[in-house]
Amino acid sequence: MDINDVRGLGTVFALIAFIGIIAWAYSSSRKTRFDDDANMVFKDEDIAQRSALAETTKND
Amino acid sequence: MSTAIEQPNYNYKVVKYFAIMAVVWGVVGMSIGVLIASQLVWPELNFDTPYLTFSRLRPLHTNAVIFAFGGCALFATSYYVVQRTCQTRIFSDSLAMFTFWGWQAVIVAAAITLPMGLTSTKEYAELEWPIDILITVVWVSYAIVFFGTIAKRSQPHIYVANWFFGAFILTIALLHIINSLAIPVSMWKSYSIYAGTIDAMVQWWYGHNAVGFFLTAGFLGIMYYFIPKQAERPVYSYRLSIVHFWSLISIYVWAGAHHLHYSALPDWAQSAGMVMSLILLAPSWGGMINGMMTLSGAWHKLRTDPILRFLVVSLSFYGMSTFEGPMMAIKTVNALSHNTDWTVGHVHSGALGWVAMVSFGAIYNLLPVVLGKKQGEMYSTDLINVHFWLATLGTVLYICAMWVNGIMQGLMWRAVNTDGTLTYSFVESMDASYGGYLVRVIGGLFFLTGMLVMAYNTYKTVSGAHAEQAKLAKA
Repeated sequence: MDINDVRGLGTVFALIAFIGIIAWAYSSSRKTRFDDDANMVFKDEDIAQRSALAETTKND
Repeated sequence: MSTAIEQPNYNYKVVKYFAIMAVVWGVVGMSIGVLIASQLVWPELNFDTPYLTFSRLRPLHTNAVIFAFGGCALFATSYYVVQRTCQTRIFSDSLAMFTFWGWQAVIVAAAITLPMGLTSTKEYAELEWPIDILITVVWVSYAIVFFGTIAKRSQPHIYVANWFFGAFILTIALLHIINSLAIPVSMWKSYSIYAGTIDAMVQWWYGHNAVGFFLTAGFLGIMYYFIPKQAERPVYSYRLSIVHFWSLISIYVWAGAHHLHYSALPDWAQSAGMVMSLILLAPSWGGMINGMMTLSGAWHKLRTDPILRFLVVSLSFYGMSTFEGPMMAIKTVNALSHNTDWTVGHVHSGALGWVAMVSFGAIYNLLPVVLGKKQGEMYSTDLINVHFWLATLGTVLYICAMWVNGIMQGLMWRAVNTDGTLTYSFVESMDASYGGYLVRVIGGLFFLTGMLVMAYNTYKTVSGAHAEQAKLAKA
């Protein structure tokens, strides 16, 4: 087995990894989880407002 | 009052500093760009001083727009996004502030040394070794602040934007350190430890991944946070964003060899670079479509919201340049485009259309927030709209002029007479390029004017917010 077989196996490994990532991401059992994750950007408005308040009332 | 202190809040100060400096360096870097574009039309504009020659100002322009403007925009947005999506304060206020002052010091050092002619001559890595060491120190601090914040997050999940920012920070550290390895012979002169073709390959492994990770992954992080935020809808497909992330970062690193087509680089390495560049179209467009489709059901918002317009048009330019890039990486196409103005047009389609516009959108979104207002609540929305049209028009003029010039130059250079001699001399192709160069100056002026409008709008927003704060402090 020479170095080129290892290189070939590297390509096969990359393909398996790619298919694995798709299977993992698109499995139906993770649907709700990812839907929740997508909404993370909207869930910190209270902290954002508090930080903004700290910003406007500080006197440095 | 005490509860307000105990509950977590965000460090907006460092975000504000970086956002304002992004605008300042944007004006500086783009002004230099317009100056050197004008020098190609009116060579007298170098005023016969070595400090103002094209050769010295061109690296100053690229460093200023990529690392000063783009860099400050990335620092601002990554610090903002990582805090907001991890729902925790930044890891270290003082180390974050150090990255701000350190990065400004790097930029000032570049602005002094490059016009003096001090350069390592590596494209996009021109700065000499003492500055390279400072960059390394600042960048490692940046990584500590960013990943430290992720480590102390209050949320179990790490939002996709942070994955892109994280990949950008790690990869740039790796690229910068490996490509900048050099042996200093004096304070301002060093020689790369690599030689010949290896040096070229390391340089373009660096160069192309500076595009892939600094100018793409980092700004995709911006896209994944600010488009949902501004459109007020979650990203179209979170699952696609995961596939997008892993495929983009694993393919980008192999594409750099396309910069060395028809060079001394072994032919198989050129072909490998070409194939990987072609494959890159898939993750690039996957990401673009994911961002675009986030707008589905909310397209009407584009009519009234110029910030969203900036963000979405930036994605259109991203889609265009990531189609154009793989096409230009095909060896037969590259035989026509290499060393012509087409390359310059391609870079600016990405740099003006994608990187700058997505940054404008993000800064317009976050600056009011860190000043204590609602997102996107700038001094004047009409001025954002004016900026949008100036930027779009400027970009279109610029890239069309360079397409025409580039294809014309490529065709003139390869034209041969029946007896095998060249039909045109190089100077004849230069002469034919003047019209395009003039249109580029006009396009650049449009873009720069838009940037000045943004600077005015930023100034009024910040000074207005400070006046309000002073009033509140008195009351």
